[in-house]
Amino acid sequence: MPLQYAGIRAEHLAVRAGAGVFDVSHMGQIETCGPQAFDLLQHLLSNDVRRLPEGGAQYSVLCNERGGVLDDLFTYRLAEEHFLTVTNAANHERDLAWFVRHAAQFDADVVDRRDNFAMLAVQGPQARALLGRLADGPLASRMHCSLATIAGVPLLACGTGYTGEDGLELLVDPDRAGEVWDAVVAAGAVPAGLGARDTLRLEVCFHLYGNDLSEDRGPIEAGLGWCCREQTGFIGAEAVAAVRAAGPAQKLVAFEIVGPGIARQGNAVIGGGVVTSGTFSPCLERGIGMAFVPAERAEPETELEIDVRGTTRSAVVRRKPLYSKEH
Amino acid sequence: MADASYPEDLLYHAEHDWARVDGEEATFGITWFAQDSLGEVVFFDPPKVGTAVSKDTAYTEIESVKAVSDVVAPLSGEVIAVNETLADAPETINEDPYGEGWLVRVRLSDPAEQEALLDAAAYEATLS
Repeated sequence: MPLQYAGIRAEHLAVRAGAGVFDVSHMGQIETCGPQAFDLLQHLLSNDVRRLPEGGAQYSVLCNERGGVLDDLFTYRLAEEHFLTVTNAANHERDLAWFVRHAAQFDADVVDRRDNFAMLAVQGPQARALLGRLADGPLASRMHCSLATIAGVPLLACGTGYTGEDGLELLVDPDRAGEVWDAVVAAGAVPAGLGARDTLRLEVCFHLYGNDLSEDRGPIEAGLGWCCREQTGFIGAEAVAAVRAAGPAQKLVAFEIVGPGIARQGNAVIGGGVVTSGTFSPCLERGIGMAFVPAERAEPETELEIDVRGTTRSAVVRRKPLYSKEH
Repeated sequence: MADASYPEDLLYHAEHDWARVDGEEATFGITWFAQDSLGEVVFFDPPKVGTAVSKDTAYTEIESVKAVSDVVAPLSGEVIAVNETLADAPETINEDPYGEGWLVRVRLSDPAEQEALLDAAAYEATLS
């Protein structure tokens, strides 16, 4: 996927106002099936897989024994004993090895499906209606998945995304993804690149692995306690429970820059902490970002100072998400 | 955004800056290639009037949605004016990089330095 097609700002605003399409085929997929597929995933994933019905979608993190985050993932339950988990490109091989290693204790098969799927994300308030006109039947609602045919191409349609807008992610045979892309663009979706994908996700405070999540940080400090169900006993649950009980030393907050300037990943928060993601918000028209800060400075409206390449910039902690439709 | 262009009346620095020299003074800006590489400019934080700038050395930053970039002085001297309109309309740098999107005007300390700059054809040759 290119960084941009027409320009980050134009693509971003098109997704907020209408519909955009992203080629996210770099994402990986792991299929888990068999009589104990559920048990394997309950052992690996932080969320409670019992709450994932057939035809459902669920977000979770994958933790190591120390409670550090190995990846953040969506899992789709295609059937009772059949799951598909979407991985981040840079983590795919490590995730796959982790799944395979732990599968040995279960009656479950883990299959690398990265080469079997291209992935198109069609996002925006008009995305669902646009796809509906190309589909031969109803499409999966939010947080659900189902087989569908779009522009004559059979695929898996999932009511998920990474922009804060309604829309679907389409998992499709790589040989036929071009047909779907062309049909979606012809129907009016604006091609959008990695740049807009990043500005869109950061406005709604979705995490990016490698920026806001890493093996050195846990889900509680990253604000992902809501997708951790320690009582299921997933790998890392004890460490996660301990941090939840004691309270994390640092928390991931969202911030807005006051005045000009943009903080970027790696900029230091004066007095402790670090910016994990930073960009210019096309909707809010100012610098925004997320940062780990000491827990006592994580309350909304707390004033921060950030060292942006030698210049001190003022920022204010804001409630997540930074952008919502009411703006 | 306009198509690529490199006016022949300007002198160019290989770090993608231009200078329009007028006797002892010069106007500086960034080239079409530079603004195209940066993408949509969202902030320009100008140096203060009176700041000394030194040929080949960064004197300010331009920030786009995707990145921040140093701007290198093509010639040495002292800043005598900055383009105040860019504070509210930084996208002018994209729209008109050789005109309304100029960055600073400088009183040159050594006008002979311009001998080392490139003409439009030589600069364009560095881009291919």
